[in-house]
Amino acid sequence: MAPYVGYIYVVSAALFILSLKWMNSPATARRGVFAGETGMLLAIVGTFLAFDVHNWTWIAAAFFIGTAIGIPIAYIMPMTAVPQRTALSHACGALAAALVGTAEFYQRQPQAATELRGFVMVALIVETLLGFLTFTGSLMAMGKLQEVLPQRPLTYRNQNAVNFSLFAIALGLAVRLVIVPTDTLLFPIFVGLALIFGVLLIIPIGGADMPTVIAILNSYAGLSACAMGFVLDNKLLIIAGALDGSSGLILSIIMCRAMNRSFTNVLFGAFGQIQVKAGAKEQRAVRSASPEDAASILEAASSVIIVPGYGLAVAQAQHKIRELFDTLTRRGIDVKFGIHPVAGRMPGHMNVLLAEADIPYDRLFEMDDINSEFPQCDVALVIGANDVTNPAARDDKTSPIYGMPILDVDKAHTVMVIKRSMSPGFAGIDNELYYMEKTLMLFGDAKVFVGEIVKELPARAAA
Amino acid sequence: MTTDLIVGLYVFMLATFVGLEVIRKVSPLLHTPLMSLTNAISAISVVGAILITGAAHATMLSKVLGFIAITAVVTNIVSGFLITDRMVKMFKKREGQK
Repeated sequence: MAPYVGYIYVVSAALFILSLKWMNSPATARRGVFAGETGMLLAIVGTFLAFDVHNWTWIAAAFFIGTAIGIPIAYIMPMTAVPQRTALSHACGALAAALVGTAEFYQRQPQAATELRGFVMVALIVETLLGFLTFTGSLMAMGKLQEVLPQRPLTYRNQNAVNFSLFAIALGLAVRLVIVPTDTLLFPIFVGLALIFGVLLIIPIGGADMPTVIAILNSYAGLSACAMGFVLDNKLLIIAGALDGSSGLILSIIMCRAMNRSFTNVLFGAFGQIQVKAGAKEQRAVRSASPEDAASILEAASSVIIVPGYGLAVAQAQHKIRELFDTLTRRGIDVKFGIHPVAGRMPGHMNVLLAEADIPYDRLFEMDDINSEFPQCDVALVIGANDVTNPAARDDKTSPIYGMPILDVDKAHTVMVIKRSMSPGFAGIDNELYYMEKTLMLFGDAKVFVGEIVKELPARAAA
Repeated sequence: MTTDLIVGLYVFMLATFVGLEVIRKVSPLLHTPLMSLTNAISAISVVGAILITGAAHATMLSKVLGFIAITAVVTNIVSGFLITDRMVKMFKKREGQK
């Protein structure tokens, strides 16, 4: 190992920190990406130059295949599939860390007495445990997001008891491996348990909780890379892993806060199960309206706030919404977007979709900034969002979502909700909003319906 | 406890605090690209994967596991940075009018 590699790694670490710092605003974000790329390139080239690297064919082949897979993923993936891609990349990152840990474990066996003792072995166990459970967990999350697996929580009796005992056994094996690091037969069992635990941890979690889950898995994948840094005594890995770990942690805290729930509740609460009885309520009357009605109401408005939700992503309606936005803006109507932190399936999901459709980001507002504007707003147009607009979260102490911060859509003068049918949202909770006097239900596919509204609005303003 | 370990823990502690402070300032607008960016950055574990695969006395097991690890993590680096760039490029202010 050449000593200069240390200097390269320091520069690389600094670039990673700058990269994240520049993400604080869209104006500097591209510079941030560039800094991250440069840091990565320096680290890889530095590693190749400074260390005595053999087996070039293996390494070159892996780089080639990885690049060949990575480029199409980056360019072909539609923006609506970004949550799935993110889950997949957490799985890949975690798998890599776990496999490197496994390889280290066996490679170091001949020198186990010196190279696998004490804290190094603890770090290796953390690396493989987090790595393997994040790998299968992320694959499960991806399956749910891609709707290959049911989005509903899969639960069975004594689920938490089973999960906890499994985890306890895995921890027991981990302790035993730290004490006796030469137990090469125990290691595969430990790996198997970690893999199973990852599956069991994620299947009881429902689709609407995915923003939190993805953020937690993000954090785990980072911590796993960080633990690898301790095994290899590589400070760059420790820093990059810690940055990823803290990023995932912050995002999951933000997501939990936006749902007024705790980590443990998200992970072990199996939300959406208990409320089955709510669906059996009597039918209540709602007012529905046609695209023509909706268009004439929008035409008469002077301010409109659009509240998007996961339904927008499902219907891929972002480009039609942009047309609506343009048409209304041309008529001098003030159009804003109110975005709930957990709208969609991952943090910031809605913002990316709307930005993809070229809606300027200074029209996208966070919940806390927009809520004071609803009482003065003529029309609130809810597209594919449900629980985040439910006034029960504010008023009804018996509601399962009571206490969750919501967008105060119900305070607008007129509320219009585009929705496929009256079926309750993910949490299975009836939404009071739909039965209000001033609410108009617009039944249909979000993309089609918005398209029809746009058609109804004459292209040019009269004035 | 060795000094290496202590230094490592200091680095971890400081990097975590830096991370928390820096990430807290990231605009919620950019939370999705942020996540793909941090994911690409944590693919720095490619260094570990290269070292285990490229070790002079790497066993067949090490080579195979290392090969899979490098493939997985290079996929993350390439797709992570490119898709982050593709996303942040889309965020535009209103051009011209009004």
